[in-house]
Amino acid sequence: MNLTLRVWRQANGKEAGKFVEYEAKNIPEACSFLEMLDIVNEDLDAKGIEPIAFDHDCREGICGMCSLVINGVAHGPERATTTCQLHMRHFKDGEVIYIEPWRAAAFPVLKDLVVDRTAFDRIQQAGGFVTARAGSPPDANSVPIPKQNADMAMDAAACIGCGACVAACPNSSAMLFVGAKISHLALLPQGQPERTRRAIKMVRTMDQEGFGNCSNFYECEAVCPAEIDVGFIARMNREFALATVKETVGL
Amino acid sequence: MAKLDSKIPDGPLEKKWAKHCFDSKLINPANRRKYTIIVVGSGLAGAAAASTLGDMGYKVKCFCYQDSPRRAHSIAAQGGINAAKNYQNDGDSVHRLFYDTVKGGDFRAREANVYRLAEVSANIIDQCVAQGVPFAREYGGLLANRSFGGAQVSRTFYARGQTGQQLLIGAYSALERQIAAGTVEMFARTEMLDLVVVDGHAKGIVVRDMVTGEVSSHAGDTVLLATGGYGNVFYLSTNAKGCNATAAYRAYKRGAFFANPCYTQIHPTCIPVAGDYQSKLTLMSESLRNDGRVWVPKRKEDCGKPPSQIAEEDRDYYLERKYPSFGNLAPRDISSRAAKQVCDEGRGVGPGGLGVYLDFADAINRLGEHVVRERYGNLFDMYHKITGENAYQVPMRIYPAVHYTMGGLWVDYNLMSNLPGLHVLGEANFSDHGANRLGASALMQGLADGYFVIPYTIGNYLATQSGKKVTTDHPEFKKVEAEINARIARLMAIKGKRTVDSFHRELGLLLWDKCGMGRTDAGLREALEKIPKIREEFWSNVNVHGTADSLNQSLEKAGRVADFLEFGELMVRDALERRESCGGHFREEFQTEDGEAVRNDEEFTHVAAWEYTGDDTPPIRNVEELEFDNVHLAVRSYK
Amino acid sequence: MKALISFYQSSIGKKWIVALTGVVLVLFVTGHMLGNLQVFLGAEAINIYAEKLQNLGELLWVVRAVLLATILLHITTTVLLAIQSAKARPQKYAVTRRVQATIAARTMLLSGLVLISFIIFHILHFTAQTVDPQWRQWHDAAGRHDVHDMIVAGFQSPLVAGFYILAVFLLCLHMSHGIQSFLQTLGVRTRALAAPVAKLSPLFAWAVFLGYASIPLAVQFGFLKLLHH
Ligand SMILES: Cc1cc2nc3c(=O)[nH]c(=O)nc-3n(C[C@H](O)[C@H](O)[C@H](O)COP(=O)(O)OP(=O)(O)OC[C@H]3O[C@@H](n4cnc5c(N)ncnc54)[C@H](O)[C@@H]3O)c2cc1C
Ligand code: HEM
Ligand code: HEM
Ligand code: SF4
Ligand code: F3S
Ligand code: FES
Repeated sequence: MNLTLRVWRQANGKEAGKFVEYEAKNIPEACSFLEMLDIVNEDLDAKGIEPIAFDHDCREGICGMCSLVINGVAHGPERATTTCQLHMRHFKDGEVIYIEPWRAAAFPVLKDLVVDRTAFDRIQQAGGFVTARAGSPPDANSVPIPKQNADMAMDAAACIGCGACVAACPNSSAMLFVGAKISHLALLPQGQPERTRRAIKMVRTMDQEGFGNCSNFYECEAVCPAEIDVGFIARMNREFALATVKETVGL
Repeated sequence: MAKLDSKIPDGPLEKKWAKHCFDSKLINPANRRKYTIIVVGSGLAGAAAASTLGDMGYKVKCFCYQDSPRRAHSIAAQGGINAAKNYQNDGDSVHRLFYDTVKGGDFRAREANVYRLAEVSANIIDQCVAQGVPFAREYGGLLANRSFGGAQVSRTFYARGQTGQQLLIGAYSALERQIAAGTVEMFARTEMLDLVVVDGHAKGIVVRDMVTGEVSSHAGDTVLLATGGYGNVFYLSTNAKGCNATAAYRAYKRGAFFANPCYTQIHPTCIPVAGDYQSKLTLMSESLRNDGRVWVPKRKEDCGKPPSQIAEEDRDYYLERKYPSFGNLAPRDISSRAAKQVCDEGRGVGPGGLGVYLDFADAINRLGEHVVRERYGNLFDMYHKITGENAYQVPMRIYPAVHYTMGGLWVDYNLMSNLPGLHVLGEANFSDHGANRLGASALMQGLADGYFVIPYTIGNYLATQSGKKVTTDHPEFKKVEAEINARIARLMAIKGKRTVDSFHRELGLLLWDKCGMGRTDAGLREALEKIPKIREEFWSNVNVHGTADSLNQSLEKAGRVADFLEFGELMVRDALERRESCGGHFREEFQTEDGEAVRNDEEFTHVAAWEYTGDDTPPIRNVEELEFDNVHLAVRSYK
Repeated sequence: MKALISFYQSSIGKKWIVALTGVVLVLFVTGHMLGNLQVFLGAEAINIYAEKLQNLGELLWVVRAVLLATILLHITTTVLLAIQSAKARPQKYAVTRRVQATIAARTMLLSGLVLISFIIFHILHFTAQTVDPQWRQWHDAAGRHDVHDMIVAGFQSPLVAGFYILAVFLLCLHMSHGIQSFLQTLGVRTRALAAPVAKLSPLFAWAVFLGYASIPLAVQFGFLKLLHH
C-alpha cells in the first residue's frame, strides 16, 4: 500500500518544529507501524535526508519506549496496542497519516518524535517503592495475600510507563500512570508502612513536574496499551485524601 | 596461554559459598562512600546491583542507553523465574535445581557457581515479594508455581505473562529509591563506548550522551558491566533493537577474556519471519507447547495448501514421532533443531517455507475453546495482532529464533573478569548456564548476581584499592576519549551508499546460516572468510546521516554494528574450534545416526576464554577446565 | 492546617473541592427542583412551601451564604484547574481524535459558565424580582407571597422560557458528566460500579432536566395559568 505521512520534524528541544510530508511507498500490510517507518527511513537515507528519529526498543509491546500519536490517537487506532505492535493492515491504501510526538509540557521534545519522559522516573523516586534492603525480608510466604488483591495489584502493576495516558489526556494529566503506581503498592501488605508518605509525595511530585489535572475524561484508559483501569485514579484520589487526613490529625 | 584462576573456594559444594562469604573482605560502612562503583546496565542484574550497593553506602553511578532504567530488556521476559523454595512440596531442593541446571547446560558450566545460584534463588523470591512484586497467588493467598521448560517439579514463580517486567519494576523502584537518597547517580540515554584501563585495572568508562552527543569519561574504583546479551548480532532476534555487544566487546578489546561466544540459544516458539522488512522476532511463551501439537506436512507438495486441507494421515507430528516420551515438550535446543530439519527438507510452511504448525485443534476439541482461551488468550491475541490470523481457527505458525546468549565475558567466582576491577553480571557474563540455559533461569541469575553475589564479593577487590583513586584527569582517559571521538568522526565521514541496517542484516543472515542452529566446519570457515569483507565494505561504504553532536540514531546503530562485525567473527571462531555438539552449539559433524548431539567430553569439558591480541592477529583461545565432582557427565536423552 | 493548604494546592485536592461543592450543588438543584414541582399541586402548595422557606429567617441567610460560598469555590477552583491544564499542554496537536471522552465531559467549563450567567439572571428574576418589581406585591388570598403566579408570569415570554430550558439543558449536560465524575473524584466509583454509574448518572441528569423544563413548558402550553393576577 502507499501512504502519505505528515511527520513532525524538530531538530532539537530548542528549535521550532514543523510537519513535513513524506510518501511511504509499497508498504506491506503485514509489517508493523515502526517497520513502516523503518522503510521510509531507509528511503530517506538513500535520498540523503536525515531519517526520522523515534523512540523504540523491545518492539513487542512491553518496554514502553515507543510513543507516537497517530492521526490524533496515542499509539494509534487499535485498542490495547502499542505503536510497535500496531500493524499496517489497519490502515487503508492512500491514507494520509499524521504522526506527532507525545505533547505535554512535562515531556519536552528532544528530537522529531522523541520526547523526554524522565518526569515519570522522578515521580517514582518520590515514593514509588517499598523500602526493603536486600537480605532482610522475611520468607515470601510468611504473609499470605488474598488472590483478589494480588490480582488487582497486578492489574495496576501492568503499566509499561509509556506515557500514552499523558499524551491522550486533553489536560496532559499523568493521573493514570500515578494512579496505577500508587494503587499497585497500596493494595499489597508490603506497601502499607509507606502508604501515606507515598501517596502524598508522588502526587506532589506529579504536580511539580507540570502535568495537568484530571477531569475524568477517560481518554487515558482508552489508549493505555496495558489496559489500566481508571478505577485506579479513583483509588489514588481516595488514597491521597486519606493520607491528608492522616497527616492533618497526626496519625 | 594465560592461566585462568576461577577462585572457587575449596571445601564441600554445599559449604563453598558460606565459606567464601566469611573469607571475603569487608569494607567498613563508613569507608564505603569513599568508593565509586560504575554500573553499566540497569536490567535485572544492573539495577539489582546498583540499588543494593547504593543501599550499602557505596557511591554508585549507573548507566543505560534507554530513556529510563525501567526499560532494560529484562522487561520482556514472559515465562517466570525459578527458585528452589519447594513450596509445592514436590521434592524440589537446592540440589535438584543445581542438578537440573548443570544437566540442562549440557555439563559445560561450573559446578560451584551453579550451586551458589540455586542456593540464593530462594532469597530472590523473598526479596522480590518484599518489594511488592505481584507474583501469581493461590486462593489461600500463598504463592503459586508452575512447571516450566519440561522441569519435573513446579518451581517457577510468575506474574501473568510479564514476570520480567514485574521483577524489573521491583529492582527499578529500589534503584529509584537510591537515586532519591543520593547514593546512586543515574545516567539514562547514555551509552558506554569504551572501557578505560589504568595500570592494568578497569578504572572507568567513556560514554556518549545520546541526546547532546557529548563524549565524556567517568572514573571509579571498579566497573560492573551488566549490559545483557549479544543476540542481536544475528540482526533478527527476540532481543530489543538496542541490545548490543559494544560494552562487553570493548572490554574484551581492553583485555577481558570472552568466554564461549558460540553458545547461543535458539528458542523454538517464535513467530516466523514474514518479510524482509522484518525488524525483530517475537517470542511466544513456551507454555503453548503444553497443549499445542507441532506438525508439518509429510509431503513437500502439500506445503502450499491451507492446513485444513491436509488430511490427518498426511501430517507429520515430528516431535511426537522422534521423542515419544517428551513429545511436544522436548527441550528448546532439541525442538528448534527438529524444526530446522523439517524445513531444510523443504517441508516448512508459510512465507519462505520457514515455519511449522503449532496446532490447537485437538486441545480445543478436548477441552473446549473457552479453556484454551483462558490458558493462552493473551498469547493468541498477540499472535493475532502480529499476523492477523485467528489461531483458534487455523494452526499457529512458529519458527525458532535467537533468544539468549550463554556466552559472555569470563568471570571468576567473585564475578570478576581476568581484567582486575572489571566485574560482569547477568547475561553479559558466561557463568552459570553452560551450553544451554533452562527456561526461567536467566532472571534468577541476573537477580542473584545483583542482589546476593556482588555485594559480598566486591569487597575482595575494593579492599585492595584503598588509596589508589584514579580521576578522569589521568591521561589514559584523555587517550580513550580521543580514540572514541576519532572513531565517531570516522563513521560520520564515510558518507557511503549503504545504510547501517543493510550491513547488520547481511551479517545477521550470514551468521544465522552458518553459525545458527546447525554449524559445520565448512560453513564456519566460509563465514570466517566473509565477515572481514563485510566489515571492510562497512568502513568504506556506510552512510551515517546527521551530526555527531545531536541525537543521532544512525550513529548509535553504526557504532553497535561496527562492533558486531568484529564480534561475529569471534563467535564463528569459537564455534569452529569447539568440535563437538553441546547444548545450543550443534556441530553437524558430531551427531548420532538419528541426529542427536554428540558431546566430546574428553577434549571439550572446558570453557574457551578468548583473549584479544590485536586487530590483525588472531585471538588466543585460553582454557579453563571444568571439573565435575558432584554430578557425573551423562548423555541428555529426551526420547 | 499546613496539610490542608497543601491539599488545596495539589491537583487532587482541588478536584476534591470541585467534587464536594459539586455534590452540594447537585443536592441543591435536586431539592430545588422538587420544591418547584409543587407548582403543579396548585398555588396553595407552592406558596406555603415558599413561605416556609422565607420564615426560616436567619437560617435562610446561612443557607444562602453557604450556597454562595459553594458556587464561588466551585467556580474559582475549576478555573484554577483549567489554567493548570492549559499550561500542561503548550503545544497543541495538529489532529485530535477523542476516543471515549463524552461531549458533556468536554464542555464542562462552557456549560458551567453559561450556568452561572443563568443563575445570576435567575436570582434577579425570581429572588430579587428586579426583572418585574411588581411581583413583590403579589399575594394570594391568604396573604402569602404569590410565588405560583410569579412563576407563571415569569414564563409567559417564550424567550425567557426558552432561555430557562436551554439553561436546564446545560445543567443536565453538566450533571450527566458531573455526577459520575464526582463519584470518581471522591474515589467511590470502583471498577464494579463503573458501568452502572455511567448509565445512572446521565439518567439522573435527564430526570432533573425534565423536572425543571416541565415548568416553563407547562406555562407555554397553557397547562399552568395565572390564578390571581
Ligand atoms: C523475549 C524474551 C523472553 C525471556 N523470557 C525469560 C523467562 O521467562 N525467564 C528467564 O529466566 N529469562 C528469560 N529471558 C532471558 C532474560 O530476560 C535475560 O537474560 C535477562 O533479563 C538479562 O538481564 P540483564 O540484566 O543481564 O540484561 P538486560 O536486561 O538486557 O539489561 C541490559 C542493560 O544494559 C544496558 N546497556 C547495554 N549496552 C549498553 C551500553 N553500551 N551502554 C550503556 N548501557 C548499556 C541497557 O540499557 C540495559 O539497561 C527472556 C529473554 C527474552 C529476550
Ligand atoms: C424552571 C426552573 C426554575 C424555577 C421555576 C425556579 C424557581 C425559583 C424561585 C421561585 C426562586 C425564588 C425562591 C424564593 O425567593 O422564595 C428561586 C431561587 C433560586 N433558584 Fe431557581 N428555579 C428554577 C431553576 C433553577 C435552576 C436550574 C437553578 C440552578 C442552577 C436555580 C437556582 C436558584 C437559586 C440559586 C435561587 C436562590 C435561592 C435563594 O433565594 O437563596 N433555579 N428559583
Ligand atoms: C448548579 C450548578 C452546578 C452544579 C450542580 C455543578 C456540579 C458539578 C459537579 C457534580 C461536578 C463534578 C465534580 C468532579 O469532577 O468531581 C462539576 C464539575 C465542574 N463544574 Fe460544576 N456545577 C455547577 C455549576 C458550575 C458552574 C457555574 C461552573 C462554572 C465555571 C462549573 C464548572 C465546572 C467544571 C469546569 C467542572 C469540571 C472540573 C474538572 O473536572 O476539572 N460548574 N460540577
Ligand atoms: S498507565 Fe497505560 S498509558 Fe499510562 S504509562 Fe502506564 S501503560 Fe502507558
Ligand atoms: S484522560 Fe485525563 S482527564 Fe483524567 S481520566 Fe484520564 S487523566
Ligand atoms: S518498543 Fe517497546 S513497547 Fe513498543
